[in-house]
Amino acid sequence: MTRLTPTFDRLKSDGKAGFVAYVMAGDPDADTTLAMMTGLAEAGADVIELGVPFTDPMADGPPIQRAALRALDGGMTLRGTLDLVRRFRETDTGTPVVLMGYANPFYAYGFGAFAEAASQAGADGVICVDLPPEEDTELREGLKAQGLSLIRLATPTTDDARLPRVVEDTSGFVYYVSTTGVTGSGVGETAVVSGAVDRVRKAANLPVAVGFGVKTPERAAEIARVADAVVVGSAIVDALNASGVDGALKLAKTLADAAHSAR
Amino acid sequence: MTTAPNAFSSYPDARGMFGEYGGRFVAETLMPNILALEKAYAAYRDKPEFTEPFEELSRDFIGRPSPLYFAERLTEEFGGAKIWFKRDELNHTGAHKINNCLGQVLLARLMGKTRIIAETGAGQHGVATATVAARFGIPCEVFMGAHDVERQSPNVFRMKLLGAKVHAVTSGRGTLKDAMNEALRDWVTNPDDTFYVIGTVAGPHPYPAMVRDFQSVIGREARAQMLGRIGRLPDAAVACIGGGSNAMGLFHPFLEDESVRLIGVEAAGKGVDTPDHAASLNGGKPGILHGNKTYLLQDDDGQIVEGHSISAGLDYPGIGPEHAFLHDVGRAEYRHATDAEALEMFQICSKLEGIIPALEPAHALARVRDLAKELGKDGVILMNMCGRGDKDVFSVAKALGVEL
Ligand SMILES: Cc1ncc(COP(=O)(O)O)c(C=O)c1O
Repeated sequence: MTRLTPTFDRLKSDGKAGFVAYVMAGDPDADTTLAMMTGLAEAGADVIELGVPFTDPMADGPPIQRAALRALDGGMTLRGTLDLVRRFRETDTGTPVVLMGYANPFYAYGFGAFAEAASQAGADGVICVDLPPEEDTELREGLKAQGLSLIRLATPTTDDARLPRVVEDTSGFVYYVSTTGVTGSGVGETAVVSGAVDRVRKAANLPVAVGFGVKTPERAAEIARVADAVVVGSAIVDALNASGVDGALKLAKTLADAAHSAR
Repeated sequence: MTTAPNAFSSYPDARGMFGEYGGRFVAETLMPNILALEKAYAAYRDKPEFTEPFEELSRDFIGRPSPLYFAERLTEEFGGAKIWFKRDELNHTGAHKINNCLGQVLLARLMGKTRIIAETGAGQHGVATATVAARFGIPCEVFMGAHDVERQSPNVFRMKLLGAKVHAVTSGRGTLKDAMNEALRDWVTNPDDTFYVIGTVAGPHPYPAMVRDFQSVIGREARAQMLGRIGRLPDAAVACIGGGSNAMGLFHPFLEDESVRLIGVEAAGKGVDTPDHAASLNGGKPGILHGNKTYLLQDDDGQIVEGHSISAGLDYPGIGPEHAFLHDVGRAEYRHATDAEALEMFQICSKLEGIIPALEPAHALARVRDLAKELGKDGVILMNMCGRGDKDVFSVAKALGVEL
């Protein structure tokens, strides 16, 4: 079992929603990311989503696109990303880390070999944006063999006919994309999100984290009232770029507090 | 037409795979759209409400069939096999691209979509999409890399005249692949009302098969025309390759004709042994991008590398999955030609045939020259003249150091 299930169990028994914080590996360098990961856990992040940089992030908006380019320009790779997880685990053995990226770097590494390396590094799960259930067999089986979670994305366009298939092999939690759009675009109406979360939770029998477009503590609190966790990415990535680690962690703390105290 | 199981022309399979290549590697938000498109295409492709306007407008709007032309003076110049051109550069808008746009926009209408988006490199696909969208009064937005907006400015103006909105894409490195990313991002954001007209035989299933089907008119006509004119099939069919749509359109009707060699010509830029080329099959390896598994220019980490070519229509870092398949099984051969060779052919063809070719088919012509010698005087070569060079005169002048 990964660190994800105990984390969500703890949140549930505390009656709280979780806070999932996203940071791009290597933006702008590995040491900064390590400081961010450690700092995010201290600031109250229940799960860290570590972005794997890719040249062609089709589902990301400008903030995360630019973060990926900064990371790649700084020399970050998938191997470098796994190394960051390893270094993070030297001081933090409890906070779950989920790798979020696109298929080609994982494919180039070899899906099975990547799953093994991710496990050895101390990661807990993987989100692969451009591997729908129809195409993720190799990654899914690789992760399963290592006991890691495959976290699938459900979206507003995932209808009732597709939903069972999408959640079928998901473990740890389901990531609900709150809006049709790219990361950072703007979260969907809370009432609509609420209905969708219920639908996904029922189909999956798993915690549901909601992301894509949550930027402020106010919105984080609104989402936290209806979901099991709220994910924030672009806002943290932008804050890191604009005002460094301290500024980004300050924002993360207000987001974590908002999520944790929403109910 | 029925095809034998496992015949080269029987692909893709139900999952959209051409052997190991193809598939549907898209974000979940788009999956329902992709599945709906596949269903709609299957439902309408043989129905009169699709085929009747498609045939009528192919004839009256595009100008099909395009002629088959004996390139007598080039044949003489190259001193070997007889060279025939399939003249798709005479189509409305000056390239093969419109064959596909007409099919996709008709399908979009039947599906009730009210907004068209497209990516473009050279601008030819953008112009063709804007043209058909204008014909039907459907709003059209085209994504084009900022770098290409600059080097293909006449096409940008054409698109605007046709009523399309052109987005200069600066995200990523501002190239064709980034334009495609941006179009996919737009589609993810507007999945209900928008139809994405992809310009080549790439992208998630059903695009590679659907675009090929719409472009196959090239090979079907050419095959019948060759039989009519000289009573035999060519020994080789040759086409340039960016994403591979004009080549696939030419090749597909010949796939089961064993005697016909199929030869695709990739853009070698400054040379396939330099970093500056766009030859995915000759210098790349399999990977996953833009919805399909295929050969890609990439580094060891799986990061996509920019393609380079003097021709903005060829510098895509990938290639359609059906070509990847035909390459691996050996049914088609894939060669390459450099910027310098294309420039040379651009001038030779203009002077000897009175046809200013686009830089893209000028690449194909470079390998036609070798092949003409290889096959000798009894040989017959069919080349797809897939576009005319009007759009390229400025960049060619610049490359030749001529001030206009
Ligand atoms: C004239 C011409 N030929 C070829 C291409 C390359 O596309 P494809 O390989 O899909 O035919 C383009 C693309 O813009 C083009 O304009």
